[in-house]
Amino acid sequence: MAAGLATWLPFARAAAVGWLPLAQQPLPPAPGVKASRGDEVLVVNVSGRRFETWKNTLDRYPDTLLGSSEKEFFYDADSGEYFFDRDPDMFRHVLNFYRTGRLHCPRQECIQAFDEELAFYGLVPELVGDCCLEEYRDRKKENAERLAEDEEAEQAGDGPALPAGSSLRQRLWRAFENPHTSTAALVFYYVTGFFIAVSVIANVVETIPCRGSARRSSREQPCGERFPQAFFCMDTACVLIFTGEYLLRLFAAPSRCRFLRSVMSLIDVVAILPYYIGLLVPKNDDVSGAFVTLRVFRVFRIFKFSRHSQGLRILGYTLKSCASELGFLLFSLTMAIIIFATVMFYAEKGTNKTNFTSIPAAFWYTIVTMTTLGYGDMVPSTIAGKIFGSICSLSGVLVIALPVPVIVSNFSRIYHQNQRADKRRAQQKVRLARIRLAKSGTTNAFLQYKQNGGLEDSGSGEEQALCVRNRSAFEQQHHHLLHCLEKTTPVGPGSLLSSCCPRRAKRRAIRLANSTASVSRGSMQELDMLAGLRRSHAPQSRSSLNAKPHDSLDLNCDSRDFVAAIISIPTPPANTPDESQPSSPGGGGRAGSTLRNSSLGTPCLFPETVKISSL
Amino acid sequence: MNLEGLEMVAVLVVLALFVKVLEQFGLFEPVSLEDSVDDEFELSTVCHRPEGLEQLQEQTKFTRKELQVLYRGFKNECPSGIVNEENFKQIYSQFFPQGDSSTYATFLFNAFDTNHDGSVSFEDFVAGLSVILRGTVDDRLNWAFNLYDLNKDGCITKEEMLDIMKSIYDMMGKYTYPALREEAPREHVESFFQKMDRNKDGVVTIEEFIESCQKDENIMRSMQLFDNVI
Repeated sequence: MAAGLATWLPFARAAAVGWLPLAQQPLPPAPGVKASRGDEVLVVNVSGRRFETWKNTLDRYPDTLLGSSEKEFFYDADSGEYFFDRDPDMFRHVLNFYRTGRLHCPRQECIQAFDEELAFYGLVPELVGDCCLEEYRDRKKENAERLAEDEEAEQAGDGPALPAGSSLRQRLWRAFENPHTSTAALVFYYVTGFFIAVSVIANVVETIPCRGSARRSSREQPCGERFPQAFFCMDTACVLIFTGEYLLRLFAAPSRCRFLRSVMSLIDVVAILPYYIGLLVPKNDDVSGAFVTLRVFRVFRIFKFSRHSQGLRILGYTLKSCASELGFLLFSLTMAIIIFATVMFYAEKGTNKTNFTSIPAAFWYTIVTMTTLGYGDMVPSTIAGKIFGSICSLSGVLVIALPVPVIVSNFSRIYHQNQRADKRRAQQKVRLARIRLAKSGTTNAFLQYKQNGGLEDSGSGEEQALCVRNRSAFEQQHHHLLHCLEKTTPVGPGSLLSSCCPRRAKRRAIRLANSTASVSRGSMQELDMLAGLRRSHAPQSRSSLNAKPHDSLDLNCDSRDFVAAIISIPTPPANTPDESQPSSPGGGGRAGSTLRNSSLGTPCLFPETVKISSL
Repeated sequence: MNLEGLEMVAVLVVLALFVKVLEQFGLFEPVSLEDSVDDEFELSTVCHRPEGLEQLQEQTKFTRKELQVLYRGFKNECPSGIVNEENFKQIYSQFFPQGDSSTYATFLFNAFDTNHDGSVSFEDFVAGLSVILRGTVDDRLNWAFNLYDLNKDGCITKEEMLDIMKSIYDMMGKYTYPALREEAPREHVESFFQKMDRNKDGVVTIEEFIESCQKDENIMRSMQLFDNVI
C-alpha cells in the first residue's frame, strides 16, 4: 500500500532515534529533500469537471502520471489547473484510487474503456482492488475470448481468400475443413454423411429378427445371419469409403502428428479397425467371442457425425469442460451408494429368502432407488429396511440434482457463445465492407478535389464552388500531402489514386465522396458517416431534383459542408457503368450540376444511386 | 439382536428428521438461535477523536498546518482514530521487507503508547513525533532511553539491551553480506555497556546514558537526521 507508506514514512524515520545511540559509526546525513511545508490544493480539470485534491494525495503514487512530474505537461498556466481531455466519469475512479488506495472497477462502463484510462494514467490493472478484481478479470476474459474468436474466424477464413500458389494438399485440407468452399467438397461431405448413416442403420437392422419366408420352423434368425452376403458387402463399401477418407485427410493434414492425435482421427480409426481385424482373424470359435466384441465398436461410427453437427461438438466440449463437476457427481454418488448399500444389507440380513445377499448385491438396489428408477426386483421387507430405503431415495434426488445445474449452465454458456460467434461472423463481413467504404472516402475526396480544379493555382473566384474552399485544415493538409507524394514520383497525376483503389470501391466511393468528405474531417467514425450519408439523402433529394442548377448549388452548399445530394432512385440495372467518370470535365473548375447515372454492381448497401453533384 | 438395534436406530433417525421439520415450521424453536443473532451486530468500529487543534498545538511543537497534514494522513490510514499493536507492526514491517521487524515494532509501540492502554491514538502519535523531531537533543536521548527501558524501571539492564539489539539485528534480515554472526548482538551489547556504564554496576541509568551520549561525537552529529523529516 503505497499510500500507507508515504504517510507513515516520517514516523518510521523518527523511530530511527532508537538506533542512534547504538550506532557504532556516524549515521549518514539526511537527504536534502525538503518536504514542502504547506500542503496545497491542486485543481485537475477533466473535460470540464473540476476535481480538487491535496498535492500530497497525488504524491502517494509517484510512478503514475498524476504522481510524477509527467502531469506538468498538462498544466495550463493561464487557468492554473491541470487539464485532461479524458472521460470525467472514469477519472473519478482513478482519483479515488489515490485517495483510498483501492482501485474500483465501474460496473456500467466498458471494460476496455476502463483499461485505456488506466493505461493513460499509468496505473497497472493489477491495482484493481480485491472487491472488484474477480469481476474485472471475468469481464476481461470474456472480452478477450470474444476478440480471439473473431480473429480466429477471420484467419480460419470462410472467405475465399486462399493464396494462389497453394498446393494440392492445402486445397484438399481446406476442402475437408470447410465443405462450403467448393461443390466437390460439399458433395464429399454429404456422401460421407450418407455412408455413416447407412453403416449405422445396417448395424442396427442386422440384429432384427427376420422371419424366413419358406421356413415355418423354430427360431427366427436375425437378419444379419439370413443375408450375410448383403450385409458384408454394405459393410465393406462403407469401410472402404471411410478408409479412403481417413487416408486423404492424413495426406492433406498440415501437421500429421497433430492430426493423428486428434479426437476425430481416433474415432475414425476405431470405426474402421474392427473390420480389418475381423478380416485378419480366422473364424474359429475361440476368438469369435472377441470378434463379437469388436463388432460393438462399429457403433462408434456414429460419432463420426460430430464432424457434421456443431451441436454434437458443443456437447462434447461441454462435457469436457465440466469434467470436475461430473467427477464430483460420480464421487458423491459412489459414497452414498456404499453407505446405503451397507445399511440396507444389514437391515435385511435377518430375513430369509432375501435378495440382499451381499453388499455388492445391495449396490444394485441402491442405484436403482437413488436414481428413482425403482425396478422392484429387489425390495426391502423389514421395517428398518423400508425406512432406510425411503431415506435413500430422497437423498438420491438431492445428490443428483446438485451438480446438474452447473453442467447445464456451462452448456448454455458455451452454446450461446457459439451462436453469438456465428452471428458475429455473418455480420462481420457487412461491417467490414462498410468500414472499407467509409475509409476509402478520404482518398477519393482528394480525387474529387483534383477534378474540381483545386490543385490549379488560378483561383477562379466565385466560380469555384464555395464548398471547395470550405475544406477543413485537416483536409487541406492531407490533400497537400497526397499531392506532394504524387509529385515525388514521375508518374502522371491521378494515376496514383486511380490505381490504388479497387475499381468497385472507387466507383461507389466517388459518388459518395462529396458527402463523406465533409465528415472525414478528423473523425473516422464510420457509422456516423453513414448515418450522415443517409440523412443527406432524403431532405435534399426532392428539392434538388426540381431546383434549377443554380439553386441546387446554393442548396447544397448552404450548410458549410461540402455535401452533395444523393438521390436514391432505383434505376434499371441496364445502365452501363460510367467508366469515364474520373477524367470527366470537372477540371475546368466550372460550377455546374451534372446528373450522373451509375449503377453499382456491389452486393450490399447502396444498390443503385443517382447522384446530383455540385462541382 | 441385530434387527432390533437397527430398528431403534431407524426410529431415532425418523424422530430427528421430524424435529428438524418442525423447526422449519417455527413451531419448535431451540434456544440457541437467540444468542447468535446478537453476535452478528456487534460494533467493531470504535471511534476515537483527538482533542482540538489548539490543545495539540500547545502540547506539541508542531505548527497548525503540520498538525493538519499529519492528522489527515493518520485519519486516512486509521479511520477509527487509533492504532493497535497488530496494525502498528504491520505498518512498520512494510518499511523493512527483508527482515523481521515485529519485535522492534512492539518496543516502539510501547514507547509511543505512553498511557499503556494498548492503542496509540493521534495524540500519542503526535506527542512522540514532536519529541523526536522537534525536541532538544536531551529530549531525544530521553525518548531513546525510554524506548530501551522495557520495564520502565529507570535503568537498562543487559538483558533488556540484548533484547533490543536482537530485535534490531532481526530487522536486517538473514541475507546480509557479510552475514551477521550469532554473537554479534551480544558483542554489540558489551561494547555499548562498556561505553555507557560509567560505574560498571551492570545497568545504565538515565544520567549515565545522557552523559555518555553527549560525549560521543558520532551520536551528536547524527542527531541532525531529524531536522527536516517533516
